[in-house]
Amino acid sequence: MNLNPHISVDVQHAVLPSRAVKVRARDVNVFYGDKQALFDVSLDMPERSVTALIGPSGCGKSTFLRCINRMNDTIAGARVEGSIELDGEDVNDRSLDPVLLRARVGMVFQKPNPFPKSIYENVAYGPRIHGLATSKSELDAVVEQSLKQAGLWNEVSDRLQQSGSSLSGGQQQRLVIARAIAVRPEVILMDEPCSALDPIATARVEELMDDLRQSFTIVIVTHSMAQAARVSQKTAFFHMGKLVEAGPTDEVFTNPRDTRTQDYITGRFG
Amino acid sequence: MTDAVLSPPAAGQADRNAAIAARLKRRRAQERRFRWYGRAAILVALSFLAILLGRIGLQGYSTFVDYRITVPVYVDPARVDRADITGANYDQLIAEAVLARLGERDDEFGRTSGKLRELLSNDLGFQVLDIVRADPAKIGQTVSVTGPVGADAGLYFKGQIDRAAPESDRKLDDQQLAWLDRLKADGLISSGFNTSFFTKSDSTEPEQAGVLGAVVGSFLMLIVTAGLAVPIGMLAAVYLEEFAPKNRWTDLIEVNINNLAAVPSIVYGLLGLAVFINWLAVPRSSPLVGGLVLALMSLPTVIIATRAALKAVPPSIREAALAVGASRTQTVFHHVLPLAMPGVMTGAILSLAHALGETAPLLMIGMVSFVPGVPGGFTESATVLPVQIFIWENASERAFHERTAAAILVLLVFMILMNLAAILLRRRFERRW
Repeated sequence: MNLNPHISVDVQHAVLPSRAVKVRARDVNVFYGDKQALFDVSLDMPERSVTALIGPSGCGKSTFLRCINRMNDTIAGARVEGSIELDGEDVNDRSLDPVLLRARVGMVFQKPNPFPKSIYENVAYGPRIHGLATSKSELDAVVEQSLKQAGLWNEVSDRLQQSGSSLSGGQQQRLVIARAIAVRPEVILMDEPCSALDPIATARVEELMDDLRQSFTIVIVTHSMAQAARVSQKTAFFHMGKLVEAGPTDEVFTNPRDTRTQDYITGRFG
Repeated sequence: MTDAVLSPPAAGQADRNAAIAARLKRRRAQERRFRWYGRAAILVALSFLAILLGRIGLQGYSTFVDYRITVPVYVDPARVDRADITGANYDQLIAEAVLARLGERDDEFGRTSGKLRELLSNDLGFQVLDIVRADPAKIGQTVSVTGPVGADAGLYFKGQIDRAAPESDRKLDDQQLAWLDRLKADGLISSGFNTSFFTKSDSTEPEQAGVLGAVVGSFLMLIVTAGLAVPIGMLAAVYLEEFAPKNRWTDLIEVNINNLAAVPSIVYGLLGLAVFINWLAVPRSSPLVGGLVLALMSLPTVIIATRAALKAVPPSIREAALAVGASRTQTVFHHVLPLAMPGVMTGAILSLAHALGETAPLLMIGMVSFVPGVPGGFTESATVLPVQIFIWENASERAFHERTAAAILVLLVFMILMNLAAILLRRRFERRW
């Protein structure tokens, strides 16, 4: 059912019938000062699945991702127009505290950025500031559960007090994922999470994403089309600040409707 | 337009390589020259430092040795009135006791004993007075006192008075020098480490002057400075760097802070005189007013250092904290500030070390005064080390000059300790991310 006349036919097709929409973006425009970075982006991200945002450098896919948890608020001169709804609630609503929003929408960055504290403290920080654990034993349980779910428990269970920065790059990225899921967010945003990792660490993180989508809605920005094809159920292709095409991943990759999408995924540019 | 295609030259390859090699020789020579310039610059800087420290050390080290004389004195009941113990001339008693030992007799005008008194510190007389006052039964007995020789006698023992110079050019004449030699040969003179330099305060008599009052004054003043400048500067910097919007007003504030850091320190002294002393009636010459003025002077430096340390914390840490739902205050106080702390503390300590050595603004607020005691609180009159150095340097007596150098050494030791603390802090808490 299409209630919004602005939505293009492409986007309509993109909604997977089997999943409810978790995050709904409509006519999103983003400006950095005078420069417009995103033009009328409308995209639905279905719950408990992986949505991949692909496109050449500077196409606005990271900008779009950072709108979802309002990380753009921290950039001076950034302005967001349009609506982004999380379960029907506008994230840009003045009455919604960005702190609460970020407790519901976690984020993983391109470069692993653990706090220079112990592994335990890294994971425990989020639950602690949000008051999600009432006792030490409860917090211990949350930390253990998060590390297990991030597939890191077996490697670090005997050295939880060591510094998070002593881990390898791939382990650090999984630690950061554990830190994000410890808050039990509904959505996890990942901004090129594997671009600083070697192929083996990348494979681990990709496996992890596949496990995590059983519980969480994941939106991932990636430069690697192979990765998008491997991990996502839905793919959106951005080009020069515009959403060109979005749809089920296998359709976009095997049968792109737009020639720019075709050129990009066949490696002709980007 | 034609498309030029660059490719290795087919012919003349050897010529071309030779040309590059010839240039290469010049380039290498340039590099070598530059290295030598650098080494020469360092050498010049180090030798200036060595000359400075060497001169101060050579001039000052003799302060740390002092010469004492031990004199048995008969407290003559005919000269010391029981009813008026403080009225007696103990210096004269001591001089006569020494004269008797030397087998000399005073003349009727007291000229001989007068000459001898020049060789002794009046500290000896005060010691006898203290003994008699504590126990009047000592009148009529012989008491033994040990105290410093006079300043000029001390200089003579340290070899700083040239015997060969004409008598009229010396502060001590031939007879006085002969007496000193006799006293030393008789074993009345002893020498040792000059502890009184560290346990006494300023005095009009150089042989009794010490740095304790100035050290305590400096310490009290630094407490005030640190207590104000560090927290206020840190909070200002945290607000400006992490919370304030970036607009024309904050730009203006930043420019002004940088300008304030370059304002001559004496201007802060004038400001302190006008505001703290004349308007707020803070006691002049006190560690409190000195600390207030130096806190004003240190604030810009602390703010700049703190902002630099905050800037050096990578933005990824802020993003990480914000992304798990920390508020901006939590982000700053849980993550950014702790990471910036070593840099903040280093900056704070260095600016305090600078404040410790500051003299000019303190002259404006009346700290350049003769304070013979140790200040007991923040509002009492006090002097501080650099001002003490300034006062002694201006003194006419030669014996004060070695004390000037010694006080500079004491100040330098404190400076080095503070800088060392800054370096250790940086080493200890330096993080990699």
